[in-house]
Amino acid sequence: MAFINYSAREINCKLVYYGPGLCGKTTNLKQIYEKTAQAAKGKMISLATETERTLFFDFLPLALGEIRGFKTRFHLYTVPGQVFYDASRKLILKGVDGVVFVADSQEERFEANLESFDNLKANLEEQNYELDKIPLVLQYNKRDLPSAVPIEELQECLNPTGKLITFEASAASGKGVFETLKALAKLVIADLKKGSK
Amino acid sequence: MSMTQQLVLFEEDHRRILEVAERLTVDANAKAIFLVDKNGQLVAEAGELKGIDTTSLASLVAGNIAASGGLAKLIGEDEFPVHFHQGERDSVHVTLVAQRIILVVIFDERSSLGLVRLRVKKAGNKLSEIFDKVFKRVESGLGDEGLGSPFAEISDDEIDNLFSD
Repeated sequence: MAFINYSAREINCKLVYYGPGLCGKTTNLKQIYEKTAQAAKGKMISLATETERTLFFDFLPLALGEIRGFKTRFHLYTVPGQVFYDASRKLILKGVDGVVFVADSQEERFEANLESFDNLKANLEEQNYELDKIPLVLQYNKRDLPSAVPIEELQECLNPTGKLITFEASAASGKGVFETLKALAKLVIADLKKGSK
Repeated sequence: MSMTQQLVLFEEDHRRILEVAERLTVDANAKAIFLVDKNGQLVAEAGELKGIDTTSLASLVAGNIAASGGLAKLIGEDEFPVHFHQGERDSVHVTLVAQRIILVVIFDERSSLGLVRLRVKKAGNKLSEIFDKVFKRVESGLGDEGLGSPFAEISDDEIDNLFSD
């Protein structure tokens, strides 16, 4: 949950990038890191295996501007996507303020997306969050790849009601990365506003 | 909103927390003290380690506590409330306070594990008292009393302006 510090006049929020293995969560963070001004970002930490698969999490702190004299800071985390790291994913979801679900558009990863989305739902519920109440943005990644399935097919399975905000992206080139982040950050702040009334 | 409660810290809380942390730095002969929320947010710091990357420190400490907490549950323990990492020069002593706050003490050969343990116990009790009050206040919905939440009156334009890069 957000941490509001009146002494430092800071608001800290935690955003988590979720999705199946190799869908591009870490790539999203790397792009954000590379394209953010030095003053607005901290060090990016990756706890990864020797083959650069995320082992525990990636972490990137970002400072946005001020709202009413309060500095807004977002702490971005990724989860390890591989199925057997579920215990770690649960830990990282603790205290989350908003989630980006990164789906892999490739046909051969269709099932993996569904499995990961169900896993997100289950892990959120375990912590008394509700999937349709938490700020959540869907990113359809790897749109540039030849085996990408049509958006409609992905929508049908992951966003059947059409309620979620979605973005097409190819994180490796940076396309759609900031749009996704901004949309989620806005949802999170709007949610805090709602909660404080 | 349900979930884990939000942490709202007022200046008075922060001043009291800092007082205990600074006292502990002196009493335990520590290089530095950090207080970190379990979600990885830095709450307060004291001592001579200014200039180190405290944001990374907070996130890694929280990750560490989360991982060992998961491990504890696996073997039927509720939590491992005390952690100690011994380095060649500097060592790190980590304890949980009020179930949600992580107290990190960094010390070198000028101090000892025994002294740190002793002083942490006393400071931990004081910090527990302070944080229990903070959490109770949030729980009872008085978190924004008197000061007004910075969010209550925020406009959509203001949110948009955050991203006017």
